[in-house]
Amino acid sequence: MKNFTILITALLSLLMMSLSSTVQAAEGIDATVNEVFGAATGWFVALIFAPIPGTSFPWIVLWLVTGASIFTLYFGFVQFRSIGHSIALVKGDYSNPNDAGEVSHFQALATALSGTVGLGNIAGVAVAVSIGGPGATFWMILAGLLGMASKFTECTLGVKYRNEYKDGSVSGGPMYYISKGFAEKGIPGGKLLAGLFAVFCILGSLGGGNMFQANQAHAQLTQVIGDYPGWITGVVFATLVFVVIVGGIKSIARVTDKVVPFMGILYVGAALIILIFNADKIGWAFGQIFTGAFTGLGVAGGLVGALIQGFKRAAFSNEAGVGSAAIAHSAVQTNEPITEGFVSLLEPFIDTVVICTMTALVIIITGQLVSDPQTGLYILNESGSILTADGSSGVALTSAAFGSTISWFPFVLAIAVILFAFSTMLSWSYYGLKAWTYLFGESKKMELTFKIIFCLFVVIGAASSLGPVIDFSDAAIFAMAVANIIGLYCLMPIVRKELTSYLARLKSGEIKKYKDIKK
Amino acid sequence: MSATIIVGVDGSEAGNRALSYAKRLATLIGDECVLELVCIVEWSPYTFQTHEENALRKKNRQEELNNANARVISPALKALEEAGIKGNGRVLHGKVAHLLNSIAVETNAEQIVVARSTEHGLSTRVFGSVTAHLVMSANVPVTVVS
Repeated sequence: MKNFTILITALLSLLMMSLSSTVQAAEGIDATVNEVFGAATGWFVALIFAPIPGTSFPWIVLWLVTGASIFTLYFGFVQFRSIGHSIALVKGDYSNPNDAGEVSHFQALATALSGTVGLGNIAGVAVAVSIGGPGATFWMILAGLLGMASKFTECTLGVKYRNEYKDGSVSGGPMYYISKGFAEKGIPGGKLLAGLFAVFCILGSLGGGNMFQANQAHAQLTQVIGDYPGWITGVVFATLVFVVIVGGIKSIARVTDKVVPFMGILYVGAALIILIFNADKIGWAFGQIFTGAFTGLGVAGGLVGALIQGFKRAAFSNEAGVGSAAIAHSAVQTNEPITEGFVSLLEPFIDTVVICTMTALVIIITGQLVSDPQTGLYILNESGSILTADGSSGVALTSAAFGSTISWFPFVLAIAVILFAFSTMLSWSYYGLKAWTYLFGESKKMELTFKIIFCLFVVIGAASSLGPVIDFSDAAIFAMAVANIIGLYCLMPIVRKELTSYLARLKSGEIKKYKDIKK
Repeated sequence: MSATIIVGVDGSEAGNRALSYAKRLATLIGDECVLELVCIVEWSPYTFQTHEENALRKKNRQEELNNANARVISPALKALEEAGIKGNGRVLHGKVAHLLNSIAVETNAEQIVVARSTEHGLSTRVFGSVTAHLVMSANVPVTVVS
């Protein structure tokens, strides 16, 4: 406890010393951070989002969609065939009662969802529909459905090749299945690819899992309490994250983990109420989604613009193919790795097909996107995005959409955004830490180093403007998918073998539901 | 023919009262009576946990089992042995009322002995106590020791 207090004091002193000398020039700090950050990460963003020659289509989006489509075909549309079995597994129908007390399928899924359901569902969808139009929703749903197969593949491998240490703790994820799986199959380069994934995972944890969250939480706070420098939000968030991940004050994490699911349910409930109030417009909204998906309805880039935005935001939200979920799901108690694959495929369905679609429908139905009544096409602003009713974008657009029907909801949303951001940061601090310790070894000193770096990036994220942060966040998350999907291609025959064996035993009755002791 | 009595124990003063009463019953019944001591670590597979909690769960579960065996079951079994009463013990994770009843059915027990719990708070007011749940749902007679 004494060490912990010293550490907190040291971090706060470090942050305050560096910031206090320039308090009066607070706006200047934000601008400087933004400029330096944009310049430092621009090349990386350009590389990841480079278009396929002769088109405006980023190669990375095609990479993800191709991967998800191949897994869908290779496993015979497993996401549609097995959804009933997935739900039975989550309910615990196949869980051995003797394993009670271990991590259940439900807990593994809920923990993984706490890292994915968040700002991607609120801010990311708003970005998608304001740039790509309602049609982006169609591509988002399609990406979510295809992504279920990617998640199935990576989480099965995550459990199969996890490390179980002598003390009973567990570590898993792409770095482990790539290195161990490649070695098992005699494929060279496994360690190199696993190392590459770990590097990208660290960048992803600092980008999408950290800076983007801090940035959007600050944006939401300024919306509610007025404008103030971003570094202040950053220092507060960094201190809270520090207290949890370094100080081990689990009570804060526990409170967050209890409140976040409640907020998620409240969010979906509010969206449902708005949809019920506007039930007569749901048909029209789906019409806009389908028409927009194939015509663009006037958005920049037309059909391709809608498609890119839909796929990008879906991938950013549900992280299918990215590899992060494999880290989260690997702690589950099961003797059949494939069962966690079945469970994990529900994640993109809940995250993207249900929650993201609801956000998009609320934005469309409440008339936030301004269109020309004569042509039916959306009107664009100077930046190429669709003109919105009050000129807002990102979280503010979603907030305005909910607020147009439920006037007090923006306040609830503000709290939800902050909690989602905090919870996602905690999740990604764990993913980043696992990648960090994979690269540099499991020691307290190494863990502390990463955790301090993570906290400093919270301040940078909150102080930057949206543009450079969102670009880097996307790029870092997608970069993880480059290494991960190569690994999945090489190892997918192992998953198919597991799937075939499991389904045969399920069919023959060898694998049965555990019934409660008859009363 | 043996008569099995399930006894809910948790190392608390209330659990000890239940054990004392069950010992009296066993003495009255005689040699054929077996006391099945059950210590349950309250656990639900539907709670929300952090990543760290999940990663350490297997380790923590084993620690919980070891602690409950060392602190609750072993001393109680030793006391039974000294009193010349036959007994078995087990530690399980799950819902107390459900598991006590399940074990009673599984072992074909005559009855379940528990002590009145000292639960307070909102959840007890809203959802009722563990003892109340057991009394309402059990398939065998339940003795609640005050």
